[in-house]
Amino acid sequence: MIDRRDFCKKALLIAGGMAIPLSALELFDPKRLQAEKSDPSPTRWAFLVDTYKCVGCGFCVKACKIENEIPYDANVTRTWVERYIVARDGKTYIDSPKGARDGFTSPKIDQGVEPPAEVRNEDIEKAFFVPKLCNQCDNPPCVQVCPVGATYQTPDGVVLVDRSWCIGCGYCIMGCPYGVRFFHPVYHVAEKCNFCYHRISKGMKSACVDACPFGARRIGNLKDPNDPVTRVIMTERVGVLKEEYGTKPQVFYVGLSREVK
Amino acid sequence: MKSHVWRPLYIVVGVVALVLLARTILVPEDFGIGERGYMYGWHRKGNEADWKAVKVKYKTMDFCKECHQDKYNDLRHSPHAAIQCENCHGPALGHPDDPPTLTIDRHRDLCIRCHARLPYNGSGRGAIRGINPETHHPEAECVLCHYPHNPKLEAKR
Repeated sequence: MIDRRDFCKKALLIAGGMAIPLSALELFDPKRLQAEKSDPSPTRWAFLVDTYKCVGCGFCVKACKIENEIPYDANVTRTWVERYIVARDGKTYIDSPKGARDGFTSPKIDQGVEPPAEVRNEDIEKAFFVPKLCNQCDNPPCVQVCPVGATYQTPDGVVLVDRSWCIGCGYCIMGCPYGVRFFHPVYHVAEKCNFCYHRISKGMKSACVDACPFGARRIGNLKDPNDPVTRVIMTERVGVLKEEYGTKPQVFYVGLSREVK
Repeated sequence: MKSHVWRPLYIVVGVVALVLLARTILVPEDFGIGERGYMYGWHRKGNEADWKAVKVKYKTMDFCKECHQDKYNDLRHSPHAAIQCENCHGPALGHPDDPPTLTIDRHRDLCIRCHARLPYNGSGRGAIRGINPETHHPEAECVLCHYPHNPKLEAKR
C-alpha cells in the first residue's frame, strides 16, 4: 500500500527524471554561461574565427606546430586550414594539403589524387578558407568516452589530455565529431589543441592568434562582458560547427557557409 | 560451513585487497573530481600545472622590438605591419642568449603564402596583390628585389 508521502516523493522523482533529457537538449548559450554565478572560475575561453579575413597563408598552422612541439613533417596538426571552392556546376572541392602548414600557394586542389583538380577562375562561384581547431566543447564527447580519466575539462572550459595517464585506446579520437584529435607521433598518446593553455594562462594569446596577420583568429573571455571577442559573439551573427550534435562548441565562426562541415 | 566454501572466498578477499593496495600505490593523490564535476572533471589535478609549464616559443613582436627598434619602425609603417617578426624569422626560443636557435628563412615560399595570386571572392585573399609563382622569376628569392620590412620602399634594394 502506498502512502501519500511515498507517492509525492516518487512523483517528484519521476518528473525530475523526465526533465533531464530536456535540459540536455538545450543549446550552448554564451549568455547563460556569463550569468552563471555558481561557477567560481573568472574566465571561460572562447574563440572567434572570421572566415572572411582568412587568406589561407597557414602561418597559424606553422606557429602552432612549433609552439606545441608537434613534429613538423608528421602529417598531423592541432589546427589546420581548409579551402572550399564551389564551382558553377555545383561541385564543391575541399582541400587542406599538410593541414595548410605551408599555406595555399597554387590554384591546384590537392585532394591526394593525381592529377590534382583545378577549377578555372571564371568557373568559381565562391571560394574561401576555413581555419579549424578544437572547439573546446562545453559538452565534450571526447571526455565522456575516456575510460581512465586522462582527458578532462578545466574550470575555464579548456579540454586537456593528461599524457602520463592516457593509455592510447583512441576512443576520444573516434568520439570527436570534428576530427581534431590524433595520436602524438612521439608520445603515442591522444593529442589535441588546448588553445595554447600555457600561453593563455600567462595572459598571452594562443600562438595561432598571434601569428595571424589578418585578425581572422581571436580568443577572448566569455565571462568578461567588455571583452571585444565576447561582444562580437553576443551581438553579431556567429555560427558554430555541427550544432546538431549537441556538443556546444566554444569556437564561433563568422561567415560560415552550408558547404562547411 | 565446510572449508571448500571458505578457501575460494579467501582467494577472492585476497585479490580484492591486492587491487585496493595497487590502487593506493598507482593512483596519484591529486586524482579526483575537479570543478567540472564527475562527467567532465575526473582527472589528475597536477596535469593542469604540467600544461601551464610548457615553454613559450613565440614571444611576439613586443619582445623583438626591445632590441630591433629600427626594423620594427620600418615594419610598423608598412603594409606588412600586422605580420609578426617570428612568422618569417622563426620563434625567438632561446634568442638572444642562444643565437643559433633563431633561423632566418629567406625562401620565397614564405612570401607566396599570401602573394601567390588566388582570386577568391569569399576571402580577403582576392584583394591581396599577387603573382603567379611559376612565372614570376621562379629562380630568385623575393628579397633580392623587394624589401620585406617595408615592401613600399621598392628602391631600397
